[in-house]
Amino acid sequence: MSTQKKPEITARRRFFTDTAHHAGLGLLGGLLWAGYADKARSSVLTLRPPAALPEADFLRTCIKCGLCAEACRNRDSNIDKETGKPRPETLKMAKADTDGVTVGTPYFVARDVPCYMCDDIPCVPACPTGALDEASVTNGEGELDFRKMDMGLAVVDTNSCIAFWGLQCDLCYRACPLMDEAIKLHYTRNSRTGKHAFLEPIVDMNVCTGCGLCEKACPTEKAAIFVLPREVALGRPGAHYVKGWDKKDQQRVGERKMENITTHDKRSEKKAADYLNDGVSYE
Amino acid sequence: MSNMKYLILRRITQIGLLVLYFGAHAYGWKMLSGTISSSSVLGTIPLSDPFAVLQMLAAGASLGLDVIVGAIIITLFYGIIGGRAFCSWVCPVNMVTDAAAWVRRKMLIDKIERKVWVTRNARYYMIAIALVVSAVAGFAAFEIVSPITIFNRGVIFGFGAGAGLLVAIFLLDLFVLKNAWCGHLCPLGGVHSLLGKYALLSVKHNSDNCTLCMKCKDVCPEVQVLNMIGKRSERVVQPECTNCGRCIDVCDDDALGFDILALGNKK
Ligand code: SF4
Ligand code: SF4
Ligand code: SF4
Repeated sequence: MSTQKKPEITARRRFFTDTAHHAGLGLLGGLLWAGYADKARSSVLTLRPPAALPEADFLRTCIKCGLCAEACRNRDSNIDKETGKPRPETLKMAKADTDGVTVGTPYFVARDVPCYMCDDIPCVPACPTGALDEASVTNGEGELDFRKMDMGLAVVDTNSCIAFWGLQCDLCYRACPLMDEAIKLHYTRNSRTGKHAFLEPIVDMNVCTGCGLCEKACPTEKAAIFVLPREVALGRPGAHYVKGWDKKDQQRVGERKMENITTHDKRSEKKAADYLNDGVSYE
Repeated sequence: MSNMKYLILRRITQIGLLVLYFGAHAYGWKMLSGTISSSSVLGTIPLSDPFAVLQMLAAGASLGLDVIVGAIIITLFYGIIGGRAFCSWVCPVNMVTDAAAWVRRKMLIDKIERKVWVTRNARYYMIAIALVVSAVAGFAAFEIVSPITIFNRGVIFGFGAGAGLLVAIFLLDLFVLKNAWCGHLCPLGGVHSLLGKYALLSVKHNSDNCTLCMKCKDVCPEVQVLNMIGKRSERVVQPECTNCGRCIDVCDDDALGFDILALGNKK
């Protein structure tokens, strides 16, 4: 049997233990929470409402109020004349189980309900936080201009687009609110039949707003034309490819430091005949 | 029924607000649109959740004027008048946690001692953690887990899996700890406690009428604020009181009532 006294709990000891206890639990909670928050970000494929800030800024600025979705649903142009009721709205608010979209944030799925590019863009002024940035869709005259919207970019899968097979289809071309601007039909000879033309839809990335009306209209089982966020849809040539004949492109590249540019690498140390005979290893 | 007067009034406001929000989206009503995070009254006056705004600022957002004005209006309203009334008169989760507390009482769970102890200050730590995580993650951290907005948006836009979170809160309050969510953990409740600290509306006790039946302490979700019962005639001063008025409802002896301080004669 022990005759030792119980350790004495002094005020000091209690203070330190309590502090450690609280700090530890706080840290535990914070780490779990931050870990979850990291998983809660939207997928890169998410399409946001018109005039949305770039995704990272959008996520920190949107308060999840749904005023954009409400304006979209109840806009005059969405009221069915016959029933007097609103049709399904473009903008939806993500639920806890909506795949790949941060809970509570607005998004749209073009194949379900595309954006109709309303003249007055009612969803944008409805936003109280600036997550939908009115300035980005305002033109020089200070009017809202749907041509300045940029939700994404339509991309054609030329394998499954039946117009590229030679079948007659121009549904996307006709559905586009910017007809013959955002999608142009490219005529090429069909050498298989010898007497027909392919009418190939080609998207102009400088005009397309990513509204998705084309994706909605496409008759193939899974749309052959579909909207992707621009960051996903577009490549980037980088500063070492320049259109030397194009003033604007030179601006894109900007001032380059010539001394940082070299064509010399490890391979250059040998003569071409040598390294071609040895075989090349790219490392 | 007189012992349910405030309870019924609260349910009417809580459910009424949800109906207005729902109608705004479903039918285009103009009275109150948006959600509890940020709303618009008659399409003109903004109202926003100050805690959400705080998190967004912590996350580094530069915010539009409307949402800031909305947060100031809400802060002034509860700060000057309502106290923590948001929690019992507006917040929909209150209906879930009240239901859990009711079942607890009926099942006599309260009478059987359990060894779960969480400090009632946990909500204030939660505020701090939410702000830190918001800053680190780069977006409002509580807003992606908040059962309040998930309930609110669920009514307006459909629940989806969010309903599971509400069931979890019900079970937490029922079986783990009495008033666990609203009385201990919820950081939004913490924010409303802090900002309602000096509000004019509060509950006042008259100990001369008190018969020490302790019915009030049975129903109060923040019992610690009723520490004067039967001892001193005074206003409830601790900020965690939600001004739900349940204690006033159940008191048969007229020893509790709402009290509105006239400006400038604060005791
Ligand atoms: S512009 Fe598009 S997203 Fe906005 S209200 Fe019109 S249909 Fe809806
Ligand atoms: S209106 Fe603005 S803040 Fe509200 S949900 Fe839409 S984008 Fe977010
Ligand atoms: S998404 Fe399709 S329909 Fe819309 S602008 Fe672009 S090409 Fe036209």
